[in-house]
Amino acid sequence: MADALRLYALLIWTWIRAAAQFPVSMVLLGLASAAVAALDMVGIMLLFAHTPRIAGFTAPEVLFLYGTSAMSFVVADVLLGGTERLGEHVRQGTLDTMLVRPVSPLIQIATEDFSPRRMAKLLPPVVVLAFVLPRLPADWTAGRVVMVPVMLVSGTVIFAALWVLTASVQFVVIDVHAATKSVTYGGAFLTQYPMSLYARDFVRGMTFTIPLAFVNWQPALYVLDRPDPLGLPAALRFAAPAVAVALCAVAALAWRAGLRHYRSTGS
Amino acid sequence: MIEVTDIHKTFTVRTRTGRLRRRRTTVRAVDGISFTVAPGEFVGYLGPNGAGKSTTIKMLTGILSPGSGTVRVAGLDPSRRRTALARRIGVVFGQRTTLWWDLPLRDSLTLIRHLYRVEAGAHRRRLAELTELLDLGPFLSTPVRQLSLGQRMRGDLAAALLHDPPILVLDEPTIGLDVVSKATVRGFLERVNTERGTTILLTTHDLGDIERLCRRVMIIDHGRLAYDGDLDRLRAAVAADRVLVVDLERPAPPVRLAGVVVERVEGPRQWLRVPREMNAAAVVAALADRYPIADIALREPGIEEVVTRLYRDGGRVTA
Repeated sequence: MADALRLYALLIWTWIRAAAQFPVSMVLLGLASAAVAALDMVGIMLLFAHTPRIAGFTAPEVLFLYGTSAMSFVVADVLLGGTERLGEHVRQGTLDTMLVRPVSPLIQIATEDFSPRRMAKLLPPVVVLAFVLPRLPADWTAGRVVMVPVMLVSGTVIFAALWVLTASVQFVVIDVHAATKSVTYGGAFLTQYPMSLYARDFVRGMTFTIPLAFVNWQPALYVLDRPDPLGLPAALRFAAPAVAVALCAVAALAWRAGLRHYRSTGS
Repeated sequence: MIEVTDIHKTFTVRTRTGRLRRRRTTVRAVDGISFTVAPGEFVGYLGPNGAGKSTTIKMLTGILSPGSGTVRVAGLDPSRRRTALARRIGVVFGQRTTLWWDLPLRDSLTLIRHLYRVEAGAHRRRLAELTELLDLGPFLSTPVRQLSLGQRMRGDLAAALLHDPPILVLDEPTIGLDVVSKATVRGFLERVNTERGTTILLTTHDLGDIERLCRRVMIIDHGRLAYDGDLDRLRAAVAADRVLVVDLERPAPPVRLAGVVVERVEGPRQWLRVPREMNAAAVVAALADRYPIADIALREPGIEEVVTRLYRDGGRVTA
């Protein structure tokens, strides 16, 4: 495991060095990515220019949801976003070339073509969290303070597992690239707003099937000391780490099954 | 080095027959193949498209697992110990590169070093050696996407051999290359085989590769081994005819000689097909008796012809 992480870092570093050979292009592309990533936040600000509350939540509270969701998503995207191109690798047969190397194809796909500009997308959530955390109307007990990093880490792990899970589907159905995006990018967008904004059954689905509610919503209810609009048990607020671990296990199984199912191309 | 016992691999292919209806057909890509390759051998693996060559290669490298039968490469079961095997085997796919399009060749090779965990000093020595043998120097700093096919293939060969594997598997390494590049690649492979003792398995459509490099040939057709043995015996076994090229002193109508067929006439030059069972010397003598001859040459059948014949007859040959 430690070995895999070392190798992962080494591969990322090689790609960063390659990109750094064109520093101007790297910085400009990074700024462009950061600007595009900030658009979601601008959308939230515009909404609050017209209304003081969204689904019962104030601007700092929603920005807190945005910041935690975006942070988790971007970190997961930086680490494993490359996996969304698995279908492409299957179709072009480049997966075969990865399979004959002594390294997990997951690491190879995740690092393939790694571009440092992906990291620039961290900028908006970092700025928002730095701004909003001190302004949050929360009663900062020790438990609530600890919950913030815990939710960021579990949220990241949940998104990372979703990347792997959706990639595994592409072993079998190669052309679902666009459909799987709705789970990953769609999930990132959904979790930027209070879940009370959505229909009840939809929220139940996001709690118990694709567990997006645990990315930030349930832990945030604890941090903000809010009752669950759906009246779900309060214990769920602390379930995020367990959910993240369980989803990882599911993703690992799916990945292995996908790899076993892989049939390669004709030539 | 490589031991294959009675492997089978079938694929289910779904074909659309109606709007929603699909028919499943089973294709036997590999249907009972067995062979062994000893250390240091250079084996050519031939077969028409769709015969099961690539499927065999994929089973040898652990990309696919055999439906039944056993495979041992360097003492390992490839599909179960894929990553362990990867350190002991080099693989080159002629149709796709293992290098990274956007990275300079040198960086690609550095990445490979990390992937295979080659120690820095050993890497430097090996890279210097391969750079010299394959003449990589002029394009080490060029991004892979800007390399010519021949340069890229040399880069791929270097990438496959950087970790100094005892086994090298090549899937059509000379496909699409020009004559000069082909010669470079062939010369390099020959040196790797003779000087380092690397066991090489080469699939190809280019029979020139086989004639130049391989002492032993395996031919696969319809998922089965049609021939396994050395090249000369293959020629003899398939009994392809030889061709006698005769230059007469002046243009003449086709010569007449019992058992010999005139295939082509071009001015004074005529091509005569001499069946394998006929004595060539006797034919030449008989010919010289009756016609004024300026020059004469006997051509052994090209391997193209031998193989076409083998495919066409669909027959099995035992060496």
